[in-house]
Amino acid sequence: MGNTVNNVIKRYNGDETRLMDILMDIQSELGYLSEWTIDQISKALDIPKVSIEQTVSFYHFFAKEPRGKYTVYLNTSVLAVFCGRDEVAKTFEELAGCKFGSVSKDGLIGLFDTACIGMSDQEPAAIINEEIFTCLTSAKAKELVAGMKAGKTVEELKGKKYGDGQNSNPLVRSMVNSNIMKRGEVVFADYVPGSGIKKAVSMSSNEIIQLVKSSYVRGRGGAGFPTGMKWEVAKKAPGDVKYIFCNADEGEPGTFKDRVILTEFPRLVFEGMAVAGYAVGAKHGILYLRNEYRYLRKYLEDILEQMRNENLLGTFISGKHGFDFNIKIQFGAGAYVCGEESALIESAEGKRGEPRDRPPFPVEKGYLQKPTVVNNVETLCSVVRILINGSEWYNKLGTKESKGTKVISVSGDCRKPGIYEIEWGFTVNDILKMVEASETQAVQVGGPSGSCIGPDEFSRELSYEDLATGGSLIIIGEKRDLLKDVVLNFTEFFRDESCGSCVPCRALSGMSKLIMERIIEGKATEKDVAAFTKWQLIMKKNRCGLGQTALNPIVTTIKNFPELYKNRIKAKDDRFCPAFDLEKAVADFDAATSEAR
Amino acid sequence: MPKKIVATASLAGCFGCHMSFLDIDERLFDLIEIVEFNKSPIDDIKKFTKQCDIGLIEGGCCNDENVHNLVEFRKHCNILVSLGECAIMGGLPSMRNWIPLKECLDEAYLNGPTVADCNEKKIIPCDPDIPKILDKVYPCHEVVKIDYFLPGCPPRADLIWNALYALATGSKLDMPYEVFKFD
Repeated sequence: MGNTVNNVIKRYNGDETRLMDILMDIQSELGYLSEWTIDQISKALDIPKVSIEQTVSFYHFFAKEPRGKYTVYLNTSVLAVFCGRDEVAKTFEELAGCKFGSVSKDGLIGLFDTACIGMSDQEPAAIINEEIFTCLTSAKAKELVAGMKAGKTVEELKGKKYGDGQNSNPLVRSMVNSNIMKRGEVVFADYVPGSGIKKAVSMSSNEIIQLVKSSYVRGRGGAGFPTGMKWEVAKKAPGDVKYIFCNADEGEPGTFKDRVILTEFPRLVFEGMAVAGYAVGAKHGILYLRNEYRYLRKYLEDILEQMRNENLLGTFISGKHGFDFNIKIQFGAGAYVCGEESALIESAEGKRGEPRDRPPFPVEKGYLQKPTVVNNVETLCSVVRILINGSEWYNKLGTKESKGTKVISVSGDCRKPGIYEIEWGFTVNDILKMVEASETQAVQVGGPSGSCIGPDEFSRELSYEDLATGGSLIIIGEKRDLLKDVVLNFTEFFRDESCGSCVPCRALSGMSKLIMERIIEGKATEKDVAAFTKWQLIMKKNRCGLGQTALNPIVTTIKNFPELYKNRIKAKDDRFCPAFDLEKAVADFDAATSEAR
Repeated sequence: MPKKIVATASLAGCFGCHMSFLDIDERLFDLIEIVEFNKSPIDDIKKFTKQCDIGLIEGGCCNDENVHNLVEFRKHCNILVSLGECAIMGGLPSMRNWIPLKECLDEAYLNGPTVADCNEKKIIPCDPDIPKILDKVYPCHEVVKIDYFLPGCPPRADLIWNALYALATGSKLDMPYEVFKFD
């Protein structure tokens, strides 16, 4: 075992900033990271044990105990629950003989919950030993457990029915479907590989930045920061070493567009990174890919290799003197907060994914304290397209303040879930019609951190000036219990994903869950509900977007669906807490003293 | 202006908050000019004799008697104030919240070094006359609605005085940083 540790560390030249890769590689060989292993790593890297432990304990996919020969991570997202996750989970538990959060006695099967794995249009889905299993049912779960007990390989368990598009590529071979339902003019249009880079080398870096600025393209991750401006600041930032990050850590439940873009148009993304590198003067690109998408690793690495062979990456790219750019893939290990750019950078440095205090912003001091541009997958694709077709063309698409198209991930109660690339300015109603949704109670726009709107607002349009979204629309049908099935689930999600750094986020996300449960059980008072709106003010003082938006599921439903809360408030006299149950509180004492009585 | 009526109680607390209350010293004379005490250890009135304006609660709830007492206070006091750390968060007594009640009782009555040899019949006291211990220590606001919270262990006399004065006279609370700064 000591050999494994040393070999892996040698592979990364003993570089402690590669701790994420080191831990993941060691774990994949040894199965888990024991105290002893952590001790060995600490000695070999010559850093304190606690520095390693804090990284290990931060991410869902690092295991300090064995997690079984077959490790099932079953998604707990709202969409999985909509599609019958509970039944599937029950079957797994019954047949494997252990509860979720534990491993069967013989160590064969480990069952674990995991947050949204980006398969919202094909739920319930699970990751089993790094492979994705979609559209699970009780029957399939039964089959899987039987296969595990018979000692089948994951490859055999997966079967040979592969998904559409590149999912059947020999290097992917996954049952995942891309489900591109509508192709727009920007991301999913046909393109000639390499054309973006070829165009770029005919221009100066300043010309590119001016072009991107005049296109008014804004960051597609949700915040909508003007991309051209970001690049300009990074270009002007002092220093020779700069980095381009592509943020592919889409963890927002209900979002899966980056997965599809990376599956179907990876070259467009990589070209975008190279163009960004050329414009900013960076030679290093890092694709920060969420661990859930590890099944794409070989495929993406092969594409990078091809691009190097075609002189689209590497040195003297396209024959241009001084245009050197290379891309490596950095995997996450399961943490939603790492989608926040400064947390992502921390994570890529091998640390806990805790957002940094800003300023300084990453464009000034980012990865390894060097100027760093972090762009969303879709943003980088748009830039390549703008380069090829020009900013005038791009400006004709979309609305006044939101140019171009948006790739949205549609899931939930509709007939045609999947990926839609639409121009900004479509209304929610337009989309509901397009995806064939009927009897819609609510739409969650922009995932849990966005807002939950009701039919009164379905005429609003998707755009930065009205309803901004990072790309997810979850459609909630009338039969759903909005508070229990959706809001409580999102609240639990934020509680689990809070990095714990800021007190309001850490404490109130936990409190919110308890109070939401009370509300659902009919044991809350009006004051409990009113508290959320007050807390929202304090939450805005959290350091990052996660903390600032963690109460949005509750606060937006209080605003848009007040009657749902009102109907659950049973207590007439709010001087007493209906949630306190004296009988229950003395039950333990009664049991402990039952013999003496 | 009629005097405001004040009631106080110490539930699962150490009486330290009440001691701190007495530390308002000579201001006690000013206080009795503007308030009258009802149920409280200060005047030893055991039962409420009328509706009160202000109730001060020290300590959280560790047994069913605390709960009954607190509910009585809520019924009889128009404004109820959690006084000190134990009332607000459970305080020191809530350190047992991490340990199952059975384990606590076993250690206290059956297995602890000072009891192991002398509790031959292995009895955990449970006479109907003594209160039943709750599964954990609850802060007051988890049992009844609390209107105000005065932090501290104990809250400083100045804070208690300022708060009582403000409540009794309806004036704005004078709350300089020093009265709730603890480090």
